[in-house]
Amino acid sequence: MSSKNNLLVNLENAGVYKSPKWLIRGVSLEVRRGQIVTLIGPNGSGKTTTAKMVLSILEPDEGSMKRYTDKIAYVPQKINIDWTMPLRVVDFMRLTNNLNDNEVSESLNQTGVEKLFNEQIHGLSGGEFQRVLLARAIAKKPELLVLDEPVQGVDFNGEIDLYNIIKNISANLNCGILLVSHDLHFVMSATDHVVCLNGHICCSGKPSTVIKDKAYIELFGEHRSKTLTYYQHDHDHTHNSDGSVSS
Amino acid sequence: MFDDFFTRALVTGIGIAIITGPLGCLVIWRRLSYFGDTLAHSALLGVTLAYAFSLNIAFSVFIISAVIALLLLNLQKRTRLAGDSLLGLLAHSTLAIGLVLMGFLSSIRFDIMGLLFGDILSVTVEDIALVWIGGSVILGILYFIWKSLFSATVNFDLASAEGMQPNIYNMIFTLLLAGVIALSIKMIGTLLITGLLIIPAAASRNITNNPKQMVFVAILIGILSVTIGLFTSLELNTSSGPSIIVIALILFIISLIPLELRGKLQK
Repeated sequence: MSSKNNLLVNLENAGVYKSPKWLIRGVSLEVRRGQIVTLIGPNGSGKTTTAKMVLSILEPDEGSMKRYTDKIAYVPQKINIDWTMPLRVVDFMRLTNNLNDNEVSESLNQTGVEKLFNEQIHGLSGGEFQRVLLARAIAKKPELLVLDEPVQGVDFNGEIDLYNIIKNISANLNCGILLVSHDLHFVMSATDHVVCLNGHICCSGKPSTVIKDKAYIELFGEHRSKTLTYYQHDHDHTHNSDGSVSS
Repeated sequence: MFDDFFTRALVTGIGIAIITGPLGCLVIWRRLSYFGDTLAHSALLGVTLAYAFSLNIAFSVFIISAVIALLLLNLQKRTRLAGDSLLGLLAHSTLAIGLVLMGFLSSIRFDIMGLLFGDILSVTVEDIALVWIGGSVILGILYFIWKSLFSATVNFDLASAEGMQPNIYNMIFTLLLAGVIALSIKMIGTLLITGLLIIPAAASRNITNNPKQMVFVAILIGILSVTIGLFTSLELNTSSGPSIIVIALILFIISLIPLELRGKLQK
């Protein structure tokens, strides 16, 4: 396959205006198959807005968005499900997808929450819900996966778990991933392309280039931007999702 | 078999309960109770216009409700007033316009009580046909669009991102809601239709734990309310609409018992 065919989505100089200001302007980026592209930046810098343009939830008011796939899965930043709606995890897994029980279990298994199959969505903790959201997205076997802060509310070890899963998805499904994240460890160590936003693109490129960029250092502070790069560590044991130590 | 007015009312009422079950669930999931109320208020205007131009009542009510729904969408784009303010504006102005127009049509005798609260004596064989045929169409469409509509109900952005086209299905849902109000106006009356949408669905939520179950139990509770309500109405000579709603309320109160018991067990 030529590299042109691997292109999944292409934003060109795109911007969204919401009276009285531009939420984001001048964003150009590409996501290709097998690639993880991350959006970083402070609160209100337009990360979610950019993700929503890629998903065509928002139309760009200037510039353009072109997408070359319809197999899309989305993990939104926030979902509120009212108590009025009785919803089990399995119902939620089938929301936009026709899956049999085995397929549902298998996907839940991948994010370590297969025992929540019949639980009510309202009873889940924040971290459990994030895992279910990710499992639902994986089950869709997407070509393009958009993750908006997928590890929020997940405990420390869970975070590492989920990031590993995300890395595996991109390899196993050969899909493109657009990731919004605050976790600079992961962004800098595991992703292919970083886009640093603050109402516009401050800088972008390979992680190794971005961490040396003046705009990046200015945005995240010299200390943080230096100390948090290429973070690696080893465990002498691993934990199951419920916290017990596995041998 | 439909000679008896009571049988006609019963058959019509059960038909209505079968449609209000699933639509009522969607109304409470989407927090649209007041929207249903607005459509129902505007129905009086529809009835007045039906008399003025000798149109079919259900047809005229459906058209007016659909116009109101579109007006609401349009107003939401033009002003930043909150949804409930706009709904209040539409509900009461259409009700007022309906009543004013009624004053102009002094040559026609309106049965206002009947319009507001329903009148089982007025149900004809044609009404049975209308409810069952119209109802089947509504249920058929609902069945066909369920997945898209349901996903849009759970989360609009998610449904939109994953290609479920929530805007289109939300619009269709609004038209279906207008349809069910049009069909049930004779039986329940404009003031109480929202009650038949919401109360069985709410009662059902108390005793179910997944969406499909909630829909089916809501239908059952609706049918029970209509059946017991109509018998009560016949025995006690009360208006049909209020009798049905009172029974639905009693069933709602009963539905709270399992919740209470479960709460006690957990303590």
